[in-house]
Amino acid sequence: MNNSKETAEVTTPVNSSRRDFLSKAAVAGTVTIAPGIFLHRTAGAAVADTDVSEIEASEAADMNTSVSTRPLDQDVSNKNRWGMLIDTTRCATGCTDCVDACNEENGLVGHGRPETDTQYIRKVTLKSKSTGHELSLPLMCQHCETAPCADVCPTGASFVRADGIALVDKHICIGCRYCMMACPYKARSFVHEAVENQKLTAPRGKGTVEACTMCVTRVDNGGIPACVEACTAENHNAMIFGDLRDPNSPLSIELKKHGGKQLRSDLALNTGVRYQGLNE
Amino acid sequence: MTRFLRPLLVLIGFMLLSTSTLAETPFPTIHEPSDESKKCIHPEDEMRRNHMNYILHERDETMHEGIRGEPEGLANCINCHVEPNESGEIAGIETKEHFCSACHEYAAVQIDCFQCHADRPQKYIDRSKHSSSLRDQLQRTLAAAEAATEGARP
Repeated sequence: MNNSKETAEVTTPVNSSRRDFLSKAAVAGTVTIAPGIFLHRTAGAAVADTDVSEIEASEAADMNTSVSTRPLDQDVSNKNRWGMLIDTTRCATGCTDCVDACNEENGLVGHGRPETDTQYIRKVTLKSKSTGHELSLPLMCQHCETAPCADVCPTGASFVRADGIALVDKHICIGCRYCMMACPYKARSFVHEAVENQKLTAPRGKGTVEACTMCVTRVDNGGIPACVEACTAENHNAMIFGDLRDPNSPLSIELKKHGGKQLRSDLALNTGVRYQGLNE
Repeated sequence: MTRFLRPLLVLIGFMLLSTSTLAETPFPTIHEPSDESKKCIHPEDEMRRNHMNYILHERDETMHEGIRGEPEGLANCINCHVEPNESGEIAGIETKEHFCSACHEYAAVQIDCFQCHADRPQKYIDRSKHSSSLRDQLQRTLAAAEAATEGARP
């Protein structure tokens, strides 16, 4: 995939100017692109020939559909459902860029006890028993619609926000850890030690359960989760963040085109995190 | 009767005297923001009495409904009121110099906020002292796992 550098650059410059975006998009349009793989990227390239004002409008719309545009003084609603799509064929074994970014973002520090140290994301290697095929994927809270953690929580501390993000309200969490038992993905951790020097946007403390928040403060402020940002910035492009309810979001378009699997879909939890390339 | 009463009265009098001197705990010095143009969002007496209600209300709205950016958040209090002192050091919640603990210690009211929340504005938080990060650990774990699978191969 010798063109991956050009095509990747098209998606990475979240902060770069529109002109920059368009010029690179035009370059991407001229090179051969593996069919369908970079769907939302080629869609950007396809409009490069049309009128500039149209492009700016459509690009703005395209950008807006993948991040929150809700005014911060309004409640979250079920108009959005935030989710992620992870292409495991692009996720390299041994790469921990998403995990590192997550730890940095949330101020997660270990105590040298891997059994109990907090992890929001972990890298998992799957090996098919029949073929021996191995794949690596990041596993985090799957942000289920019908979340078992919220079902079993005795205090209402575990809940799924209207826009699909599963959270722990640590103000009312009593640390019973039922949710950790209930979660089929082992996504949650318990804080065993007193914590200091927390991040402003990631309060966490001893005696409560915690898990991936899909970087809820970032998302509310119109950003993307730290893991997705890191994966994209490092040109791996294995993760897409977006709105599952919006048919025009890059996430929904990619899902419609190539599909995506839910882990343990037999449990019918309707997860917000989907995976591609889970081949045996 | 007076034989017992007199020393008792003397004792009580002595105790009252001593407690009255002990009760003169110095009133806490409260840190005013160095930027004098900054005004608190509510009058001082209102804030002294009701800050906990503002913060509590904000807390549930933010957590469950995603409403952010209202001025009465804990982070906003901290951002204005917690600043480095003359020697450039910034007092943590465990010291009496911290804006919150100054009064709370005086009033003997325990605060739990900072068991989870940052007690200093983000720009002053030094994370460099954490040497054993999860990142290092994960890399070690992955390396160990890789070595194990390498060894298992024929």
